[in-house]
Amino acid sequence: MAEHIVTKKQYSYVFATLLLLTFITTTVGMMDLGRLNVVVALVIAVIKALLVVLFFMHIYWSSKLNKLTVVAGVAWLALLLWLTLTDVLSRGWLPFPGK
Amino acid sequence: MITATVETRDNYLTHEYGVKSWLLTKDHKRIALLYLASISFFFFLGGIFATIIRLELLTPPGDLVSAQTYNKLFSLHGIIMVFLFLIPSIPATLGNFFVPMMIGAKDLAFPKINLLSWYIYIAGGACVLYAMLEGGVDTGWTFYVPFSTSYANTYVILTGVGIFIAGFSSILTGLNFIVTIHRMRAPGLTWFRLPLFIWSMYATSLIQVLGTPVVAVTILLVAVERGFHLGIFDPALGGDPVLFQHLFWFYSHPAVYIMVLPGMGIISEVVSVYSRKKVFGYRFVAFSSVAIAVLGFLVWGHHMFVASQSVYASLVFSFLSFFVAVPSAIKVFNWTATLYKGSISYDTPMLYAFGFIGLFTIGGLTGTFLATLGFDVHVTDTYFVVAHFHYIMVGGTLMAYLGGMHYWWPKMTGRMYPEGWAKLSALVVFLGFNLTFFPQFILGYLGMPRRYWAYPEEFQVYHVLSTAGASVLAVGYLIPAAYFIWSLRYGKIAPDNPWNAPGLEWQTSSPPPPENFEITPVVTSEAYDYSILEEMKVG
Amino acid sequence: MANHSLALRHQFDDVEQQKDASTFGMWIFLATEVLFFGGMFCCYTVYRSRYPMAFGNASNHLDLILGAVSTAILIISSFTMACGVNSAATGAKNALVGFLGLTILFAAAFLVIEMSEWHMLYKEGLMPGFNFTYKEFDPGHVQLFFCMYFAMTGLHASHVTIGIGILAVMAIRAWRGAFGPEYFTPIEISGLYWHFVDLVWIFLFPLYYLIARHLQG
Repeated sequence: MAEHIVTKKQYSYVFATLLLLTFITTTVGMMDLGRLNVVVALVIAVIKALLVVLFFMHIYWSSKLNKLTVVAGVAWLALLLWLTLTDVLSRGWLPFPGK
Repeated sequence: MITATVETRDNYLTHEYGVKSWLLTKDHKRIALLYLASISFFFFLGGIFATIIRLELLTPPGDLVSAQTYNKLFSLHGIIMVFLFLIPSIPATLGNFFVPMMIGAKDLAFPKINLLSWYIYIAGGACVLYAMLEGGVDTGWTFYVPFSTSYANTYVILTGVGIFIAGFSSILTGLNFIVTIHRMRAPGLTWFRLPLFIWSMYATSLIQVLGTPVVAVTILLVAVERGFHLGIFDPALGGDPVLFQHLFWFYSHPAVYIMVLPGMGIISEVVSVYSRKKVFGYRFVAFSSVAIAVLGFLVWGHHMFVASQSVYASLVFSFLSFFVAVPSAIKVFNWTATLYKGSISYDTPMLYAFGFIGLFTIGGLTGTFLATLGFDVHVTDTYFVVAHFHYIMVGGTLMAYLGGMHYWWPKMTGRMYPEGWAKLSALVVFLGFNLTFFPQFILGYLGMPRRYWAYPEEFQVYHVLSTAGASVLAVGYLIPAAYFIWSLRYGKIAPDNPWNAPGLEWQTSSPPPPENFEITPVVTSEAYDYSILEEMKVG
Repeated sequence: MANHSLALRHQFDDVEQQKDASTFGMWIFLATEVLFFGGMFCCYTVYRSRYPMAFGNASNHLDLILGAVSTAILIISSFTMACGVNSAATGAKNALVGFLGLTILFAAAFLVIEMSEWHMLYKEGLMPGFNFTYKEFDPGHVQLFFCMYFAMTGLHASHVTIGIGILAVMAIRAWRGAFGPEYFTPIEISGLYWHFVDLVWIFLFPLYYLIARHLQG
């Protein structure tokens, strides 16, 4: 794998975007969008996270194996959340106590 | 075969002497032996607790120990056996020793981290020991809240911290193996030429790395709730005790695959060598290891069917639990097909393999019984469950571990164990095991609850059988402990390849040199290629 | 002066393999950290889905400006860290030490702000286990929010502290000339760890500070 050097200039673009997104998420957070608030906040957080992972952490230029490792970690967390929520969110669906 | 004398060749044991050369070693082989000594210690300690439990259960009333002491006994038995023995057992001993050798590497990717992981293990174990000496815990190895956070007055935090620390040892071992297997295979050793032991170690490492952190943070939260009163699971604040169970079992179910997968890897090796045949359906067995690792993460709710988990979630988990049995079954079928028309020799490792296949099948099938919602409601928290998991962990993993120890003992030590005594103890273990745990299936079905220290009269006969079996089983474990140690001094000198087995680890001396191989091997054949061995044999 | 070719460990065939293995190893470790924090994110998700009003109410007791400033500070520290990696790769030793120093500075600033926030919450009687006196709307669930808040920010802060330690060691080694364009792997993998610490906060901020903020106006 060739040594890919990312310049400070490239980093600064990412940096500026991150600050901008932080500003946006804070401002939007103060508005009332109802259920959209959490969606917007999380979408922006994910975009910021992607910028950090792809460019600050060099995943964009890394091997498939490293990319897969990132995906696996996130996927496993998603699995934990998803199956736990299938329990938590479906409690009380049946008309029996405790079910 | 020319038998070299141990004295004249430099090997990893004779390369350096002195306590420092062991305690500061970076050699994966020495680290494996450090682990071997420590986990053996914890095994016998856990066994002592089991002995006292079985003695108490000889009679219906609780007359040997107090109720709380009994709770502490089964808790410590579980904690020590699961976290300090079974989880590290095969990976940290046989895995550490043979993963680099079987892939033709000089060491693991991160030898210093390997040594660190042993020290972390010792620190965690010392913490648990200290807690035990101060009075132990009575929460069960499962630490369910809110008992463990709010009501227990035993050393929950200290024990929890010990397990937390030991968990990092497991994570680091898994991390080391994954990087090593990906990046350090010898030239020519493609993924599908790897021995199946490596495939199972790889799958095991995936589970260690993905699952352990979750139980670590969960135990941390219990300690934090108990210590700082941050009531995360406190029902009075709206906390959810079942949430604890979700987090706990997210790791602890896959943990059972951490325990059994390495054993399955050993069985693949042993069944092949002692039938002189390559493993039937190599790719199926390889993929089944990874499938077990992945599917094993989808089924944890089957430990919570009666815990007020929603019915829908229970249905989902029950359904998925049947799937995880499939790759295990594939392995059993493939091992059987390997045996078919093989040239079978009944050496001790093979005897343990036979034991494994039979007992694991029973354990695994009873797992599917438990996955069945209706049946589980009847037998949950009874001895049926206890019998099920002991069939897998003891009848499965422990037998495979013993089989692997016998198989690889000549390579590790340069000595043969005494075959007669070894065969005898394998038989004693098999008989003792079944006498101990089969009656427990009946007990559970008849309604004997687990973790109870007193019981109705009608159950006594089964308990007596079980305790009798346990004493036989104990003998079966003590004999190998004795002859293995004996063999270090008086055992026959082992040749480089006593079993005439394929595999890179057999192509170097017994014991191996510090760098494992004089020259890095280049692999050109498939795994389990016996035809090459036939060509190489002289006379 | 370190001889960089001696940095090759005996178990590896070449420097390329060693670097690949080290980076891969750090990524696996970070995956474990995702799951480590993830357990608490799971608790958070369950409780927030159950008690949205209480969580929204509780969130309004956190200082939004301080939270946003903390977020910005960590992002700046990530930027300086990335610049540090660049300096290592281009052999600019003084710049490397400088950027590492800046990163540590911003990390310390983050911790100072964090501690002052905690102190304020303690004074307001919103620190479970030490001083929790809130009695208005839904106190049990509000307390649960703060249990989660302190647990998660506490774990995060411990990671920041460990990160400062790691970066300090790296800065000292860099100062002594241990790194150059042919060998700066420890800087890279320390950088990966540091960016991860930033990543966790990128999620903590909206989840804790931005719930139902509009109520505050």
